[in-house]
Amino acid sequence: MAMKKKDHLELYRQMVLIRRIEERAAELYQEGKIGGFLHLYIGQEAVSTGLISVRKPEDRVITAYRDHGVAINCGISAKQVLAELLGKETGISKGRGGSMHMADVEKNFWGGHAIVGSHLPVAAGMALGDQYLGNQAVTICMFGDGATNIGFFHEALNLSKVWNLPVLWVCENNQYGMGTSVNRASAVEEIHKKAEGYAIPHSRLDDGMDLIKVRESSATALEYVRSGKGPYFLEIVTYRFQGHSMGDPQRYRQKDEVTQWEKTDPIGIYNRYLIKQELASQADLTKVEKAVEEEVKEAVVFAENSPEPGLDTLFDYMYASEEHNHG
Amino acid sequence: MAEITMRQAISDALREEMERDDKVFIMGEEVGVWGGTYAVTKGFFEQFGEKRVKDTPISEAAIVGAGIGAALVGLRPVSELMTINFAFVAMDHIVNEAPKLRTMFGGQMKVPLVIRTAGGGGRQLGATHSQTPDAIFAHFPGLKVVSPGTPADAKGLLKSAIRDDDPVLYIEHAAMYQVKGEVPAGDFTVPIGVSKVQREGSDVTIVSYSRGLQLSLQAAEQLAGEGIRVEVVDLRSLRPLDMGPVIASFQKTNRAVVVEEGWKSYGVGSEVVSRLYEEAFDYADAPIKRVAQKEVPLPYNQALEQSALPQVADVVAAVKEVL
Repeated sequence: MAMKKKDHLELYRQMVLIRRIEERAAELYQEGKIGGFLHLYIGQEAVSTGLISVRKPEDRVITAYRDHGVAINCGISAKQVLAELLGKETGISKGRGGSMHMADVEKNFWGGHAIVGSHLPVAAGMALGDQYLGNQAVTICMFGDGATNIGFFHEALNLSKVWNLPVLWVCENNQYGMGTSVNRASAVEEIHKKAEGYAIPHSRLDDGMDLIKVRESSATALEYVRSGKGPYFLEIVTYRFQGHSMGDPQRYRQKDEVTQWEKTDPIGIYNRYLIKQELASQADLTKVEKAVEEEVKEAVVFAENSPEPGLDTLFDYMYASEEHNHG
Repeated sequence: MAEITMRQAISDALREEMERDDKVFIMGEEVGVWGGTYAVTKGFFEQFGEKRVKDTPISEAAIVGAGIGAALVGLRPVSELMTINFAFVAMDHIVNEAPKLRTMFGGQMKVPLVIRTAGGGGRQLGATHSQTPDAIFAHFPGLKVVSPGTPADAKGLLKSAIRDDDPVLYIEHAAMYQVKGEVPAGDFTVPIGVSKVQREGSDVTIVSYSRGLQLSLQAAEQLAGEGIRVEVVDLRSLRPLDMGPVIASFQKTNRAVVVEEGWKSYGVGSEVVSRLYEEAFDYADAPIKRVAQKEVPLPYNQALEQSALPQVADVVAAVKEVL
């Protein structure tokens, strides 16, 4: 768990990179350069950054549609993320997926799934595959609080325990499923308690804005699953500073609620922690921030200058058997 | 060639593929200890053990969803849905997940998953357990949908489906497990997406598949007694749909009837007839007819149920109408 200075700076870099990409994406969306839906990860950076920082390369990651941050933490470049948002051939999903569907199989990141809860049974199946093949990998499945009210969640949790699958269920509780708060949508407000119904051990981290705490909780949970004891359920409480997606008027919450949470900005918390613990100087952190700004600037240029997918490639990836890839 | 039942042919295909490749495994409700509700996997649990013959909870979304996940990481799962009527509760994974992943992630993933299931009516199971919704699934690009009408095709298509790198919905007919037919010995495959002329003739073309094929072959035999030579084309795959042999036959006979067990509206027949009119309109000497299920939820009462399902007599009558 102990990290060297360069490891801290790398995690700080990832959080700042996610923030800057999301801010830039919001602008590009307003400029009409990004189509479709755009769900920003701003405010939740510590969750994905902390969680994925303790995975091993063989551990698989799968998430829902708010996936840009997860993509960055899994090692996808800013260029590939932004190019995907712009629908370019150089995007991580070759412009076929867009904001909600990013994946990089080589980096063991399996997407980016946009039907709420649908990836939970898939995650169980990936863990089943590793169990079947005798791999030591853990499947880390991230989802929002909203996903715990759909049937897929319950089928997947039950199956994971019946078969004792190596899967870590991580509920990112950002307190709203679109505009409906947890207490208006879920019979159980402390979501981790739902795991009780499936005899899956569980815990809740109330402070998901603190990267160090996220790392500790995640490492403990991952270790439990890796030891072969079966699934584990970790709830991490967090908050999204922006609306559900672009264009959300946010009638469901008060401005001071958002302001209050912004005081616990995960990047600010980590910044102060690093300085207070003398793990990095303000100059170190400013250097990281400057480098990230450059990287994002270059990534936007790369994305804007990248080619569109050729119209003659429309059917290219429909089937693995290429003879069937036509209209 | 030995004459075996459809049940035996499907069972043989599954067993041979599991013996050939240890990445193939099956999961579903009652596939293991019970031996399969249609006895297709009888003896499998004893032969292959719990790891490869997995009984699941009654959780169809998880059966298909977990099949997708296992396929993504390198296995060749056969997810069994006890009947196609239960596929609706797994709809998202069948139509909105499995067929989409490869395109959506720019070709990074493949989903070598087979979803085996049985459909069809005629067994007095009432409206919710007797459906033939094949066309619904065939609507979705990215999915492959096959439905054999003979034991030989049942065996060869299932082997192809298991070896295929794409998701395949393999639809059996619950009232056809006892149907017998000649099946070549040993290992062979039938290609997905290739229609086949099952009986040659020159007067009229019947296009069908699955149990409709059996009705059509019986009708053709009966009509032969009256001197009418019927050609029967078996689609075998609904997606990809191979219209080649259908059009070639129609160009020869200039008359066609499409026979299916599902409802007529928005059905397989609707698709085939449209394609014939679009691609071979000039060859038509008579309006093309469709024989299908009457448009009502199937009743329990045997006489009512049979009156709603297509019968050999309906096929014979339709052929005479287009002549």
